[in-house]
Amino acid sequence: MIRLSRRRLIGSLGAGAGGLLLSGCDRIGASQTGQALLDLGEKATFSAQRIVTDRAALAPEYAASDMSPFFRTNGNRDPGTPEYAAHVADGFADWRLAVDGLVARPLSLSLTQIRNLPRRTQITRHDCVEGWSAIGQWTGLPLGMLLKQAGLRSSARYIVFHCADSFGSRPYYESIDLIDAFHPQTILAWAMNGQTLDVGHGAPLRLRVERQLGYKQAKYVMGVEAVASLAGIGGGKGGFWEDVSGYQWYAGI
Amino acid sequence: MAEQLSTPEGGDIVYRHRLPVRLWHWANAVAVFVMLMSGLMIFNAHPHLYWGQYGANYDHSWLDITPGHLRIGPLTIPTPHVLGVRAGGRIVAFPPWATLPSHYDLAGARQWHFAFAWLLVVPGLCFLLWGFVRRHFWRDLAPSRAELTPRHLWHDVRDHARLRFPTGEAARRYNILQKIAYGTVIFVLLPGVVLTGLTMSPSMDAAWPWLLDLFGGRPSARSIHFLCAMGLAAFILIHLLMVVLAGPINEVRSMITGRYRLPREKAE
Repeated sequence: MIRLSRRRLIGSLGAGAGGLLLSGCDRIGASQTGQALLDLGEKATFSAQRIVTDRAALAPEYAASDMSPFFRTNGNRDPGTPEYAAHVADGFADWRLAVDGLVARPLSLSLTQIRNLPRRTQITRHDCVEGWSAIGQWTGLPLGMLLKQAGLRSSARYIVFHCADSFGSRPYYESIDLIDAFHPQTILAWAMNGQTLDVGHGAPLRLRVERQLGYKQAKYVMGVEAVASLAGIGGGKGGFWEDVSGYQWYAGI
Repeated sequence: MAEQLSTPEGGDIVYRHRLPVRLWHWANAVAVFVMLMSGLMIFNAHPHLYWGQYGANYDHSWLDITPGHLRIGPLTIPTPHVLGVRAGGRIVAFPPWATLPSHYDLAGARQWHFAFAWLLVVPGLCFLLWGFVRRHFWRDLAPSRAELTPRHLWHDVRDHARLRFPTGEAARRYNILQKIAYGTVIFVLLPGVVLTGLTMSPSMDAAWPWLLDLFGGRPSARSIHFLCAMGLAAFILIHLLMVVLAGPINEVRSMITGRYRLPREKAE
């Protein structure tokens, strides 16, 4: 009796699995239950990574000889707005970075002020979600220092980056949690490979949040906002590609 | 296990696969298919492979799938209507029937891939633990010295090529080609895909930098990941072919209930 029921159980599990594969995984992925299951897997992976990895672990840094001979540009290569073009024309002299939201002292900093603040230079690997990698050198202001200067309120949970570029009418934005925001390698880079950051790579300021994928490395950063929740910002999923294409908010994987 | 007391012969039903083996087999059957198909979709996002610490469009790739062509090193193979095909208004390396989701959806494929990775890894680790503790690997998978002699190997290869499969008592145990194939899958290809998969995670690279040392960089890990996956796909093809040739009902039943009817000796 036991054997028979076990046999039946395993048999139906096998048949169910076959059906799952053959009857259209697309429909499962599109269904609410299927999506909930996949979301569960994503949460499990995120949690597992945060549990097994040291939150302060540094992304690998490379020697100058390891750098990509050519670091490709992708995504938006130029915001293409008249305002941005004007900034480029005058060398970003009037450009300012706003630091606001849940902070004690909102800031508005010029590029010169930012360049005079402490800097960190690192040669790191940029990993695109599509699968390619490039190694480049970045110099910039550690984000944690900026946030300390602005005085983060205790209700702040995420840091949102507002960008000068947009795809159609959707402005590019990204967000990270405080673990990554205060990570020593998370910088607002203003130089790349020993040169002032160029337009293609995100002039005048670009986020480098090493340990996450390329779509987190927001270019053309105009504003840094501390928030308690990501709801109500853009599509509410925490970033442009998260809203538009369903990319995972946690891009450490 | 009364049937083990006397020597079984062709036609006897023997208990062949224990429950952990069967459970793990079917969990893998689901997981590996989802991983392979969603993996092909992820590959479609950048159908080039590199060796080393970096690799992007302008860098030297060792494998490309471009419209209608597969290039491996200096070798270019035309692949019209198979690889590098037009689908949904774009060129994709692997065609929609082979990918999950079937339309171009990198984010969706990543979700499938990482969710079902749990189904690959958790039962896999349990199975490894069980296999070592209960000595399954030593008893059933480790080849004996005699089996590894070139003479014996060649004999088994010839028998397989002639579709002469072991019968009677000899069919109770894995033959040397099965041992090599299953051993490669369990100890090389599956750990290979898992570890190289972790190496592609930028945050795992920070936490476990030895992964990069082990595989020689993220682009190398991506290449090895792909090669291991292709190895698994090749194994599955041969495995399914063997199941069909060896008697699919008996084989599938034995993997569901554990009970296997030993093939009868053919009259010469």
